[in-house]
Amino acid sequence: MAEVTIQQAGPGVTVQDLGRPGFLAQGLSRGGAADRLALLEGAALLGQDSHLAAIEIAGSFLSITVPAPVRIALTGAPMRAFCDGDPLVWHASHALPAGARLKMSGSRGGYSYLHFGGGLGVAQVLGARSAHLGAGIGRMLEAGDRLPLGRERGSTTGMTFDPFDRFDGGLLRMVETPQTQLFPQAQRERFTETVFRKDARANRMGQRLANDGDGFGLQAGLSILSEAIVPGDIQITGDGAPFVLLSECQTTGGYPRIGTVLPCDLPRLLQAPASAALRFAFVTFEEAVALERAEANRRADLGKHLQPLIRDPHDMSDLLAYQLISGVTDGDDLERKGP
Amino acid sequence: MPLVRERQQEEGQPVIHPLGVDGLLIRFGARLCEAANRAALAFRAAVEAASPQGVAESSTSLTSVYLRFDPTCTDHAQLSSAIMPLLDSRDWYQADLPQGRRFWRVPAVFGTELAPQLSEAAAHAGLSPEQATKSICAAPLRVQAIGFAPGQPYLGELPPEWDIPRQTDLTPLVPEGALAVAIRQMVLFSVSTPTGWRHVGQTALRLFRPELDDPFLLRPGDEVLFIPVSREELETIRETNGSGGAVAERLC
Repeated sequence: MAEVTIQQAGPGVTVQDLGRPGFLAQGLSRGGAADRLALLEGAALLGQDSHLAAIEIAGSFLSITVPAPVRIALTGAPMRAFCDGDPLVWHASHALPAGARLKMSGSRGGYSYLHFGGGLGVAQVLGARSAHLGAGIGRMLEAGDRLPLGRERGSTTGMTFDPFDRFDGGLLRMVETPQTQLFPQAQRERFTETVFRKDARANRMGQRLANDGDGFGLQAGLSILSEAIVPGDIQITGDGAPFVLLSECQTTGGYPRIGTVLPCDLPRLLQAPASAALRFAFVTFEEAVALERAEANRRADLGKHLQPLIRDPHDMSDLLAYQLISGVTDGDDLERKGP
Repeated sequence: MPLVRERQQEEGQPVIHPLGVDGLLIRFGARLCEAANRAALAFRAAVEAASPQGVAESSTSLTSVYLRFDPTCTDHAQLSSAIMPLLDSRDWYQADLPQGRRFWRVPAVFGTELAPQLSEAAAHAGLSPEQATKSICAAPLRVQAIGFAPGQPYLGELPPEWDIPRQTDLTPLVPEGALAVAIRQMVLFSVSTPTGWRHVGQTALRLFRPELDDPFLLRPGDEVLFIPVSREELETIRETNGSGGAVAERLC
């Protein structure tokens, strides 16, 4: 069976797929890729099923070798990627030759994804291949790990697309929680007027937010009986800082929640660099469902928006670097892009 | 809010809240009581049996039921209307406990370096460490909910003197199998975790074993009786018994 070998892996590099739905009653959250949209984009680029597993790189670095030719796609937070020293275009699919070494580093933060033709064939646990670090399923990848590849059924490479705009922060829409109305109106208004940034404290369970000025919270003494919590919930913890729950969050909790970020807007939080401004706005439940449905339709059509990786000569800064005149090329020049 | 059935929460009256873009929370009580806990367990079982269109999965917490739905199939108002007849079909607070419950005997070390907060917790309850251990082990505790972490039970209800608060600071890490107490409940930790609950006992239980066909040891409704053992006994159990020495009998 074909496999890839991890040569170097920084912290936060894991195998991820769409997670394990169906175990909430047993206390196990769904988990799976932090940015699910990136998984769908990778599947579209390789023309394969979105349930296949990929490697998630959480603001870290990774280098691998492949003994046999393999198709890959690069999605999520852009990194500098090199195949045997040649730069690779992000948000695109590529063919790696046998023996190739792929090196990836230097994202601005967020979650990057490396997809393989056929997906990763690592063993399933409870119906999924994703590591769930909080539940003790799987672990971070390390140098020397060898990951089997699943059965390759496609051949397309050299495709790209315009990714959904989510790499510069922006507005996060949210709905009310059962506790939203317990927060005084002035505080709810201040929350939606405040500019937040991502705090360094983050993992696959949640992202802490920071802001200038006062924190948030309910009057002391109000106790909330522990009940179901969901990814996107914005908990206000004891120190007044908002904490947005992510895919690997616990299944129940007793902290008051001021809002729940729409799933279709969570990628904008996940992929925001540390410096990006984040704001929140309430929408109604009807608006939220309509937005989710529109996003589900958009995601179902991702494959229709692929384009071949061809560059317009007008956009090329150094035309002479491309062997356009002789017609003699390595055959993959058009897949390369200057750093 | 453009809802469904939002009423002032009164005891003995379920309330439906939207929870996120793709969920509903049916809350049977804002405070923990045994009738609301039974109601939540029974209503969830009834929803599972009825499997209303669009429901993707369901769970219970102490006094509420969470329904996650597929927002491309249904929405809050539609699903709320769909479950209302079931919710109104009976007095859920009179429901029996679930079928298939089990009675577990679980060896545990109380106090020592393995569970360093026994004396502190006992003092909050106005008891000596010995009295505290005796009190915790005097009667079986019921699994009121599984949640937070995989297979993690909330056990209750302890006698009134155990209505002690959580500590304000977090204990950075308690090990798997730790038994901790607050607000007349006990929690058994399925993974090593930080917690605000006081660590009074240590078991060798493995509540979540993903490699097994049935990876979750306990179910809501199960009863657990703790059996005090020495540290040496627990170490022997840990080495020789994959399930931490827990022994189960069927209750019904």
